[in-house]
Amino acid sequence: MKRILGLVAATAMAAFAVPAEAQQQLKVGFVATFSGPGGALGRDLYDGFMLGIEQSGGRLGGLTTEVIREDDQLRPDVGLQVTQKLLQRDRVDIITGVVFSNIMMAIYQPIIESQTFVISANAGPSEIAGARCSPFFFSTSWQNDQPHEAMGAHLQRRGVGAAYIMAPNYQAGRDALTGFKRQFKGRILDEVYTTVNQPDYSAELTALRAARPPATYVFYPGGMGVNFVRQYAQAGLTRRVPLYSAFTVDATTVDAQGEAALGTFGTAFWTYDLATGTNELFVRSFLQKHNRMPSTYAAQAYDSARLLHAALTVSNLGNKDALRDALRKADFPSVRGPFRFNNNHFPIQNFYLYETVRDAQGRFVQANRGVVLENHRDAYASQCAMRW
Amino acid sequence: MRATVLAALAIAAVVPLVTAGLGGGEFYLGFATRIVIFAIAATSLNLILGYGGLVSLGHAAFFGLAAYGVGILAAHGVDTAAIQWPVALAACAVFAAVTGLVVLRTSGIYFIMITLAFAQMLYFLFVSLRQYGGDDGLTIATRSRLGPIDLGEPVVLYYLSVLCLVGSLWFCHRLVASRFGMVIRGARTNTRRMAALGFPVFRYQLVAFVLAGVMCGVAGILQANLTQFVSPSYMAWARSGELIVMVVLGGMGTLFGPVLGAAALLILEEVLADWTVHWMLYLGPIIVLIVLFAKRGLIGLFDRRSPPPAGGHHG
Amino acid sequence: MLELLVSQALNGIQLGVLLFLMAAGLTLVLGIMNVVNLAHGSLYMVGAYLAAQMTAVTGSFLLALPMAVLATLVLGLVLEVATLRTLYQRDHLDQVLLTFGLILFFNEVVRVIWGPTALFVPVPEALDQELEFLDGEIIYPAYRLAIIAVGLAVAAFLFWLIARTRVGMLIRAGAANRDMVAALGVDIVRLNTLVFGLGAGLAGLAGVMAAPILAVESGMGDGILILTFVVIVIGGIGSIRGALVAAVLIGVVDTMGRSLLPMILRELVDRQLASAIGPAVASMLIYILMAVVLTLRPQGLFPARTG
Repeated sequence: MKRILGLVAATAMAAFAVPAEAQQQLKVGFVATFSGPGGALGRDLYDGFMLGIEQSGGRLGGLTTEVIREDDQLRPDVGLQVTQKLLQRDRVDIITGVVFSNIMMAIYQPIIESQTFVISANAGPSEIAGARCSPFFFSTSWQNDQPHEAMGAHLQRRGVGAAYIMAPNYQAGRDALTGFKRQFKGRILDEVYTTVNQPDYSAELTALRAARPPATYVFYPGGMGVNFVRQYAQAGLTRRVPLYSAFTVDATTVDAQGEAALGTFGTAFWTYDLATGTNELFVRSFLQKHNRMPSTYAAQAYDSARLLHAALTVSNLGNKDALRDALRKADFPSVRGPFRFNNNHFPIQNFYLYETVRDAQGRFVQANRGVVLENHRDAYASQCAMRW
Repeated sequence: MRATVLAALAIAAVVPLVTAGLGGGEFYLGFATRIVIFAIAATSLNLILGYGGLVSLGHAAFFGLAAYGVGILAAHGVDTAAIQWPVALAACAVFAAVTGLVVLRTSGIYFIMITLAFAQMLYFLFVSLRQYGGDDGLTIATRSRLGPIDLGEPVVLYYLSVLCLVGSLWFCHRLVASRFGMVIRGARTNTRRMAALGFPVFRYQLVAFVLAGVMCGVAGILQANLTQFVSPSYMAWARSGELIVMVVLGGMGTLFGPVLGAAALLILEEVLADWTVHWMLYLGPIIVLIVLFAKRGLIGLFDRRSPPPAGGHHG
Repeated sequence: MLELLVSQALNGIQLGVLLFLMAAGLTLVLGIMNVVNLAHGSLYMVGAYLAAQMTAVTGSFLLALPMAVLATLVLGLVLEVATLRTLYQRDHLDQVLLTFGLILFFNEVVRVIWGPTALFVPVPEALDQELEFLDGEIIYPAYRLAIIAVGLAVAAFLFWLIARTRVGMLIRAGAANRDMVAALGVDIVRLNTLVFGLGAGLAGLAGVMAAPILAVESGMGDGILILTFVVIVIGGIGSIRGALVAAVLIGVVDTMGRSLLPMILRELVDRQLASAIGPAVASMLIYILMAVVLTLRPQGLFPARTG
């Protein structure tokens, strides 16, 4: 017992001995999935964010910047634990990153309650865009439904009369098809939900073929997308039924999909060939540094860093209201071109159609095929009570 | 024994003081609570695995099921613990009883694989329950209301968890020493002999299986209140594997082994993950080395009197 | 409708054949060595990764196939000698734990070596086409037919090996009564190593065959491992015949469940509800099947063990 009490006394004294935090330092907590199957996305977010810091002279808003990286392991309870560590032990000023919506939903409440700003570089669940929006949450990506709405609008405009739509049987999958149907008014031949992480789609593809649809729309992120797109092509369907998707064919999956991805279409807020000056610099430096094409994930996180840099340059960490005002102005050159925040702190932005093609150097890339939705707002903003 | 128990209680009692001194705010206390919660889960697994020799690779199912019990009822506005907790535990008991009727008819390898398969079945069920968030999980807006006790206070939740752990250990201790426990332990080494002695072994094992499931449910309820969140990943099969690791790491078939094991594994994971993204690269071989060289577990380092585990053969 | 059923049956058989390759090796390891090997799925994953690597190096999938299978077999032997051999006399719990540790290790090691994104393995050119039957009513990818052919050939080989050779006789005897075989003076250690190597090679073959149709990524072996367990439990531990029957049964039930169940449900209940419960029930179907089989026959359909 004596020894334990001694330990308590020693640690208590150590706690008092910690000097008051220097004001010129910025501590950023970066929570993302780095291990396991989702690890590639966390890596892209992190690389994009760090590049954004680098191009801000290594100091966001002129402050010495320290990034503390934490792996949520794609487990909500672990995500919560590392977030509490960042908030309470490391006392970070900002939390960013977050690949998956389920992790965001698990860590959102404690972050907001601690009045810490969180800049989501990817996850954009509908609840946070709507009823549970917060003055401490900002997104530099999109609300989950938006890219799917864009594709729905595109097919609607093209006059496609009917579509066969598929997604994994989880919330993001349901949101995806809901978003698609919000804009697409043609006939839905079938709406198929497959088991999450199902590796083989032969049964579903056989049924799809029998339905003879004029178009297919799917949402299969990550490894599921690799499986689906390849099997779609192997079944000879790509030539017969055009494949439209979102987050299914992108820079993180296309090398594993290979030629099967050629000629498929997707929608996103950004493509590598957007001719904004910032974007050209971003793509060039990313390629140079990491020797691979940047993905949408890297672009979003790059913008997170640039947004912070711009906001912190004209405000300071001590005054949260001033910092919020500065963030709301979004006075930074986004890689996607026009960017401003809606009342729920999600971006109002364009969505583009892209086609997967082989470029002059033989790489598989997503080539921009024009704007589908201009200055698009998400569908949940009206449910958010925040006004400014 | 008495001295060990008192020392353990003393340590548990001063944890909030120590964590307050560490300066990490509620983080360390939350982490300690998580250790205590997993210690309860590991203790419940120890009941059937350590004493009963039933290698369940699906034990995390009960953990997740009870957590969902809290979450789903909370989503429907029922947040009083007096309703939530009995319902959650009853769900665990029913699931344990129904699956137990099937799995306990088998033994050895069959038992391992079937417990795994049933847990997987439940996992897929919750993944596809869209009303309750499916794969994204379910946020629990309010913690369980327990009379005047405020579970939102981290220290309160910590002490409640410790209380539950002490209760579980005491229950285990009494159960194992009883006639019931003797039959369970006897069935571990020789089911036929126990049956020949006239004990309804199947019924005894079923009761033990249900008790273990319910006890694990207690841990799930606490976890739901700690994280205010529940998702199918709570019952993923890798979680069941980790529970086994905790039991064996600490020392199976011993009262305090699983508690030590839970603490050791969670701290090890935390330290490794802090150090490298590729922490599993190190955790995997560490587990292998433990199996190969440290069969008696951590408890063996402390208590030289505890008997070496019997090399029971369940083929 | 008939065309649809035929196509779906082919899909189910193809999945079943892949499961059979996994289950055949594992059921022998379980039956003869009485060892629970959770890392069997890791061997499948390693086989797929090696296929990707060797296809990239040699430029030919057909060259990569034997190399990758052989390399996985060797890895299996190394694992057996280095770790599992010491555990034969220990209980199943130790084996579960040790091989659980191996899964964590392998899932991470492939990410360290090959990176976090999925790898690409091309379908061999000659098989990269669809075949048409019944005047184009049934269209089926040639490569998937090749998987079925390879699986059936392996099944035939295994039946010959078990039924007609001395090794096979020992395997059969070992599955029925291990202690008896040892008592008869058979070098049981060598037999174990041989069986484990064979199982590892088959898991590797399954991984290689799956590589061109599936994403080669970390953790790809975990899902199929659990399905394999279901197959083995239904088929009866140690029985190749049981593994084949159960694998095809599971393949067909799973496929039919996924494709037909939502259709049937839609006839019975309203569309919204059908799309909500259809996938849930479909993904639980094989576990329900397993529970039913075990309730009726706790030792599986074709129990090999006599003692």
